[in-house]
Amino acid sequence: MTTRDLLVIKNLVKRYDGLLATDDLSLTVREGELHAIIGPNGAGKTTLIKQLTGEIPSDGGQVTFAGQNLKRLSEPERSHIGLARSFQITSLFQDFTVLENVCLAVQAHSGHSFRFWKKINDDTTLTEPALDILRQMGLEPRAYIATSSLSHGEQRQLEIAVALATKPKLLLLDEPMAGMSQEDSEKLVERLNELKQRYTILLIEHDMDAVFSLADRISVLVYGRAIATGTPDEIRNNEDVRQAYLGEEA
Amino acid sequence: MSISPRLLINSALLIFLAALPFLTDWAGDSFYTGLVARILILAIAALSLNLLIGYGGMVSFGHAAYIGVGAYVVGIGAFHAFEDGIDWMLNGYIQLVIALLGSAFIALIIGAISLRTRGVYFIMITMAFSQMLYFTAVGVETYGADDGLSIYSRSDMLGLIDLNDEKSLYYLIFISLLVVLYLMHRLVGSAFGNVIRGSKSNEARMRAIGFSPYKYRLTAFVIAGAIAGYAGFLMANLNDFVSPDVMHWTRSGDLIIMILLGGMASLFGPLYGALAFLMLEEMLSSIPLTIGGLHVGEYWQLIFGPLLILIVLYARNGVDSFLPGARKNS
Repeated sequence: MTTRDLLVIKNLVKRYDGLLATDDLSLTVREGELHAIIGPNGAGKTTLIKQLTGEIPSDGGQVTFAGQNLKRLSEPERSHIGLARSFQITSLFQDFTVLENVCLAVQAHSGHSFRFWKKINDDTTLTEPALDILRQMGLEPRAYIATSSLSHGEQRQLEIAVALATKPKLLLLDEPMAGMSQEDSEKLVERLNELKQRYTILLIEHDMDAVFSLADRISVLVYGRAIATGTPDEIRNNEDVRQAYLGEEA
Repeated sequence: MSISPRLLINSALLIFLAALPFLTDWAGDSFYTGLVARILILAIAALSLNLLIGYGGMVSFGHAAYIGVGAYVVGIGAFHAFEDGIDWMLNGYIQLVIALLGSAFIALIIGAISLRTRGVYFIMITMAFSQMLYFTAVGVETYGADDGLSIYSRSDMLGLIDLNDEKSLYYLIFISLLVVLYLMHRLVGSAFGNVIRGSKSNEARMRAIGFSPYKYRLTAFVIAGAIAGYAGFLMANLNDFVSPDVMHWTRSGDLIIMILLGGMASLFGPLYGALAFLMLEEMLSSIPLTIGGLHVGEYWQLIFGPLLILIVLYARNGVDSFLPGARKNS
């Protein structure tokens, strides 16, 4: 594993009517690692993701991704330099088929779409990579059914598949296990274990078993600040973290 | 490839429309050829609007404005050819190019501004723009103001097709409809159509996976505007008349009702919708019933309104819901 820093967050700020959702936050994600962010509800985890993807503007600070300052880049532009996110609340194209969902993400990264005539559905330059990703996520047998008829667990998997289809350098996963059954969660942990071999991942998750088994490093967010960063062992033994968040869970 | 019942019904309708002028000849009543020609023109406009509403989720409430632009190009051309003897202004091809470019250009401007808004604001702003054009036409005395402009000679297609012959005009309209249907079919299934449909389905996700929907939506807006402008070109030639009334916001509303009646996001929906709308108008307004000295037919909208509400409530996809193979989930 290299130790190059892929994502560097410096003194990031986000204010909502006097409330500091992100309070002078600094954080670094190294290339190749799975970096987990934990923290109580309202710690500003999803706000941080939205600031990173450009969905909401920041009120201060600086984010550098692969050596590039993100400040002036729009959300779609950030997708094109390799930032991809999955959504905490499933956000798919419900009236598309499973395959079409992934194809659309592949299409977004295959040049412009001002092509008005040729049929897109049987374009193998889209369907082949899309089917490949569905295979990785175990969704290939479901490729041709409507997304709305997938189970919740399958929709959560598709959520990640769509993000993968944008060929990301950094995968931002916002509570991928939200609402999943114990069994589905365990399966997803296995898949994430495979994915972390190939992708740099910033993972937000409430499932502590998943976080501590997957993460190379963990940052603890409380009231918009990273109060600690370290290996799972270091975090488990950190006095501040125990007091602020983990309690008897640790 | 198997032939679905739906394809069979759609084909039967097109064959019927193709044979219509001869059927009415045989029946000795050419009134219906004119009525159906009008329906087909509105179907072309509704088809173009459905690209925005049905596939793109952009409820434009000013689509009649582009019909007006196309129609006024023919009207103004004929006016100057007649009054000032400027013959080239009667040239149908020149009129056509100006009608297409003019309506596309106006759609570009209206779209560029309107598409920065969402929801109700988008509906209101598109309506406001179309009303601006309406009042502009009302204000221009030279071209008849609110009395409109009679067109003394139809577009001169230089011998290729004689628009003064009702049958020729009907077939030009019918073939135009076929072309627009095929165009829509290709467009919706293309990479571009995918972006338009995706942006309706989930705009937040579109941006997250790297699309900027705005420029694609604006392009769809311009394409739809140009097709509606073409419909206006045909309409002026059919009616021999153009007035600001074609651009009134209620005309835009009629187009939306046609789409609702026929079924959104289905290729043939707007055609069925236009047929249903004008047939209902024709039938309801000629109800031979008088209650207390009032002709029921004059108040046909009193019947049409509740009917529309029932359709929206119980048949979300309009006529399309009754055809075999209708999609149940939307």
